[in-house]
Amino acid sequence: MAILLNRSTRVIVQGFTGKIGSFHAEDMKRYGTKLVGGVTPGKGGQTHLGLPIFNTVKGAVRETRAEASIVFVPPPFAADSIMEAADAGIKLCVCITDGIPSQDMMQVKRYMRRYRFEDRMRLVGPNCAGIITPGQALMGIMPGSIYLPGRVGIVGRSGTLGYEAASQMKALGIGVSTSVGIGGDPINGSSFKDVLKLFEQDDETDAVVMIGEIGGPQEAEAAIWARDNMRKPLIAYIAGLSAPKGRRMGHAGAIISAFGESAQEKVEILKEAGVIIVPTPSSFGDVVADTLARTKKAA
Amino acid sequence: MDIHEYQAKELLARHGVHVPRGGLAYSPEQATYRAREIGGGKWVLKAQVHSGARGKAGGIKVCSNDEEISSAAEAMLGRKLVTHQTGPRGKLISRLYLEEAVDIAQELYLGFVLDRKEERVMIVASAAGGMEIEEIAERAPDSIIRATVDPGVGMQRFQAREIAFGLGLEDSLIGKATETIFSCYQVFRDYDASMLEINPLVVTRDGSLVALDAKMSFDENALFRRPEISELRDKSQEDPRETFASDRGLSYVGLDGNIGCIINGAGLAMATMDMIKIAGGEPANFLDIGGGASPERVAKSFRAVLGDKNVETILVNIFAGINRCDWVAEGVIKAIREVGVNVPLVVRLSGTRAEEGRKILADSGEAVIVADTLAEAAEKAVAAWRTATKKKAA
Repeated sequence: MAILLNRSTRVIVQGFTGKIGSFHAEDMKRYGTKLVGGVTPGKGGQTHLGLPIFNTVKGAVRETRAEASIVFVPPPFAADSIMEAADAGIKLCVCITDGIPSQDMMQVKRYMRRYRFEDRMRLVGPNCAGIITPGQALMGIMPGSIYLPGRVGIVGRSGTLGYEAASQMKALGIGVSTSVGIGGDPINGSSFKDVLKLFEQDDETDAVVMIGEIGGPQEAEAAIWARDNMRKPLIAYIAGLSAPKGRRMGHAGAIISAFGESAQEKVEILKEAGVIIVPTPSSFGDVVADTLARTKKAA
Repeated sequence: MDIHEYQAKELLARHGVHVPRGGLAYSPEQATYRAREIGGGKWVLKAQVHSGARGKAGGIKVCSNDEEISSAAEAMLGRKLVTHQTGPRGKLISRLYLEEAVDIAQELYLGFVLDRKEERVMIVASAAGGMEIEEIAERAPDSIIRATVDPGVGMQRFQAREIAFGLGLEDSLIGKATETIFSCYQVFRDYDASMLEINPLVVTRDGSLVALDAKMSFDENALFRRPEISELRDKSQEDPRETFASDRGLSYVGLDGNIGCIINGAGLAMATMDMIKIAGGEPANFLDIGGGASPERVAKSFRAVLGDKNVETILVNIFAGINRCDWVAEGVIKAIREVGVNVPLVVRLSGTRAEEGRKILADSGEAVIVADTLAEAAEKAVAAWRTATKKKAA
């Protein structure tokens, strides 16, 4: 089933009736996502886009048996919404919101640990483009048309750079099993490693493209995990070769503040761990095609 | 967002951390007046710029009379202080801080950061203060004490106490050190700081514990709920190009190259800059126009990029998801006609309504170089820049 999301995943939207929530809810519905309702406190009992609105996530889960939630709530209230989803028994939460304070995210991550690992909600994001399983369902803000259904997984921090990779692959006829945006914030729900683990176990994924950037330890951590545990080819690009130290490049988390956080240093760590490097952002397609051809030959 | 040393000290002092007596000055006369106010016979005059390593760059002077204070102030004010943290452009000195000199017995290091691996606030302390933490890590790695705070319950007093004992302080100082560490944590938490560094935290000859320097940065995502911190912003310490852009809601970082960039998405922006570098050029800036950008917003981006006199070519690279290429194209035309773009312009449009966008550019009759792919866009931009600079030289 690819990973995380398929055509039968029951999804609700938190921040359903806002301008951004409405726009993307319609887009997701059009793509084929099984949208079953939404949450806007104070508007429970009404309908929006032909779907029921609930006051609370618990209410939505009870009535619709929703398993997944996508959050479009503004930054001051987003952490609260994520914790509400975790407490209501949602299994997968994608938070699109950009601009959540770091201390709020520390509390979110701490709060989620009150549930046993098996029962714990999986959070993707915040400040991310979401998840798409091409041809099946979309829980995010990416343009569905640039993804071809297929067998290569994508996981990245950036939305638009992920689109760039997917469209280069599509131009060569290479499709995507699932694409996951983990977001550009310093503290996020799922790490690169978390998503690689899922792709490694997925029968419908043959290889994985990891799109990282400057700042933080997650790319290196993932590469070392992959070296020891992953049989599928891992292909990676790190953005920010030209980024100066100590400057924040758009994403809250894209800042080189410690050793091993620059693009050059990360590329070295990845190479050493045996990861296949995409040398330039215009060669995603070629490197993936080449890697698939070589793995086929070897098999 | 960074603040000045004197602002950080005010915040800390308000929460019980001991700092030397001091006062702010905007002129040499004011500085000598501050010396009278503070009293004593020895003072330290410190340039207030958003950077560490000020001492080596001539931004800190010990003075023992009015004449010395006055001439040191004269020399500093209005000058740009260049440290290894500011980059070659340096930072303008428009405020000075005069402090009583402190009789130092021992220098310690105390820092609070957001640790991304642990996803918690981390406290870093060392008895080897006075040098930068990177240097301590290299020269005295065993002296470094670390502790992390559980965000559920906050820092506990035993943690502060453990650090105080770990620093090898005398028994009479343990209580004071515990309070200082604990107060710093509270300031960090209550104001949504992202970094707090006291280097050095000193033990004085008369047995007190004083924050001799203080550096703080704040989480920009939390400024909406910290108006008292937002007020401390000092635009004179920012790159004027960045101030112009951030006042217009654009995410912009000024660099030193000649190819101006207008891009959507932080990752794609970084990748495009990399591609320019690979193609043999140098990016002049990072700029993310964000999602759902209107033609007006695109035109504003041109204003921000063209505000940099080093820009000799502009590259627009859009992969639209929630953006619309037709709006971007309208913005490009608007910029050409209203802002005036007298450098070569390369535009690549992909994704939502790309066809419509390209048609708008083609129908406009304006001199826009169109590219289909990321690689082509970067190559064309670098080629156009080379031709333009050759023409200029000839």
